[in-house]
Amino acid sequence: MQEPNKLRPFFENLNFERDDNTMVINFGPQHPSAHGQLRLILELQGEQVVKALPDIGYLHRGVEKMAENMIYNEFLPTTDRLDYIASTANNYAFAHAVEKLIGLEVPRRAQVIRTMLLELNRIISHLFFLATHALDVGAMSIFLYAFREREYAMDLMEEYCGARLTHSAVRIGGVPLDLPEGWLQSLSKFLDELPEQIKLYEDLLTQNRIWKMRLEDVGIVTPEQAMSWGCSGIMLRGSGIEYDIRKEEPYELYEELDFDIPVSDRCDSYGRYRLYMEEMKESIKILRQLIEMYPETEARLMAHAPRYISAPKEEIMTQNYALMRHFVLVTQGMRPPKGTVYAPTESPKGELGFLIRSEGEPYAYRLKCRAPSFFHTGILQDILPGTYIADVVTIIGSTNIVFGEVDR
Amino acid sequence: MRRYVPKDNVQKRAKYNDRFWVAPQVPRLAVEDEHFVSVVRNVSAVAKVKDSYVELGQLVLEIEPSDNIAVLGNLRDECGYSVCSELSAIDYLAQDGEFEIFYQLLNMKERKRLRVLTRIAEKQAIESITPLYDMAKFAEREMYDMFGIYVNNHPYLKRIIMPDDWEGHPLRKSYPLEGDEFASWYEVDKIFGKEYRDVIGPENRDPARIDRYDTKRFARVGHEVPFGADASLVDTTDTPIEYSSAPLSDYQGGQHKVLEKRK
Repeated sequence: MQEPNKLRPFFENLNFERDDNTMVINFGPQHPSAHGQLRLILELQGEQVVKALPDIGYLHRGVEKMAENMIYNEFLPTTDRLDYIASTANNYAFAHAVEKLIGLEVPRRAQVIRTMLLELNRIISHLFFLATHALDVGAMSIFLYAFREREYAMDLMEEYCGARLTHSAVRIGGVPLDLPEGWLQSLSKFLDELPEQIKLYEDLLTQNRIWKMRLEDVGIVTPEQAMSWGCSGIMLRGSGIEYDIRKEEPYELYEELDFDIPVSDRCDSYGRYRLYMEEMKESIKILRQLIEMYPETEARLMAHAPRYISAPKEEIMTQNYALMRHFVLVTQGMRPPKGTVYAPTESPKGELGFLIRSEGEPYAYRLKCRAPSFFHTGILQDILPGTYIADVVTIIGSTNIVFGEVDR
Repeated sequence: MRRYVPKDNVQKRAKYNDRFWVAPQVPRLAVEDEHFVSVVRNVSAVAKVKDSYVELGQLVLEIEPSDNIAVLGNLRDECGYSVCSELSAIDYLAQDGEFEIFYQLLNMKERKRLRVLTRIAEKQAIESITPLYDMAKFAEREMYDMFGIYVNNHPYLKRIIMPDDWEGHPLRKSYPLEGDEFASWYEVDKIFGKEYRDVIGPENRDPARIDRYDTKRFARVGHEVPFGADASLVDTTDTPIEYSSAPLSDYQGGQHKVLEKRK
């Protein structure tokens, strides 16, 4: 029995003396491949996992509580800290929900820029996935190659908004800045170079015997499990269910863009790895189309909705009434109408949506962040039993969870 | 920005309040969509639907809390809502003494979403939907953790995000944003015991706090030494922080130092 004292607390969930010969081990929360702060309590029979219990909450910051105490514009930078690998996707999901609630029309140039940023973030996130997943499985060089390309993509983000990780590059009602001079050229240069790099990764991994042995038939998620657990994104499409919110419930410009949704019916980590590679290629395709679209748009960046959105800077500095409205919007905040909105978006990790209940106040009455990784962590307790301890790391890596949004 | 309440006088009312502001309402449309009409018909057959309307393109069904399994089971098996994307609660305890629980569902074939709403009293429990949707294994735990809503027949109803021995439910409106007394002393109470609260003191309980008189750690704010000097030999009496203590304008006397200097 445990004898808890002041310096040695009672370890719940851990049995040090057991009748059967299973062993309970504690995985994380400081494990290098726990992708942040995941603690798994694993019960092992030999090398086989009999029972797994994900324990989360080590990165809980009370984002939803903060949202209830902040005006809407103020909360937007907080969303950066949810899925910090692809911040713009969170900014966008939140801005999209608020825009839907107040019924805003975003100018076309802002839409083009937003969609570009979203896809660029998807590439950044997928490269990060590939790098860390490969590192977890043991392919060190891929980590270096993928991080190099990710660095170039982040340079592009930095050139646009000044930040590399916490972008806040999308605002409610549009985007704050137009693309800088020469940005599209650097983007297309990046897009020209990326396919070669992706080919390099695929040459190194796809037919690699070790890679296939480690990934094939590991982490099987059946379609029924995936639907029941509310999996989304690649976890869902990797199980043979074709559902991409960009295609099925299009938002922004995705309706006009020509791209495919790769689906795999392998249901395992290898299939999901292939999907990540294919999605990056699709993102390149989308970005190329957006580069074509950009010059045709009128140079307006923020929606015209004086009740909710501040006027452009020139107007604020020249017109008294615009300045007054800006002052009210900054000090008191916008007041969306009463009602509830749930706006799903396809973030790189899956379905990211914000449910906002507004009571007509400048603060959200309740904001629920539907984070894909939360449920992808939950499914671990069902897919880990029966696998081997060596595969646990692969499976965690393959779910691509980020703890900023699991714990919120 | 925190909602502003004057600390010295809580009763004080804001000088400006928008008495005539009436918040508009997001339009709640009648159910006309063919698919949604059939859903409402289907659900009405198994349980009482208190209200149904379409809000921003998504159907909203208000039901009795005791019917949640029947309604969600019907929606999943008959109407094709095979995915439950989210489930949680909204705190209306102060207004009505109730929680509002929502289930956000998705129909992949029809590409439609709907929301099932139900209200329960504070001490009332709700039936778990884990037999229908596995995601409730996690989501209902979170709801219990954050709001203290008991879920009947949940396989493992324990706190998920907060520690197991936590007191209070953080997302309730009655829970203070900065945490309560239990929260602020949590680590001290747990590691050393309650009697050590006085020994440690409020200034040491927060490990992220930077003390400007702390000479042991890196933050020697207020105790800086000249570059290259041995810190032990330097007089470590407090260096005052140099804010401009002398006001530039003497409003009382009507003297403007800056202006006078310029003259």
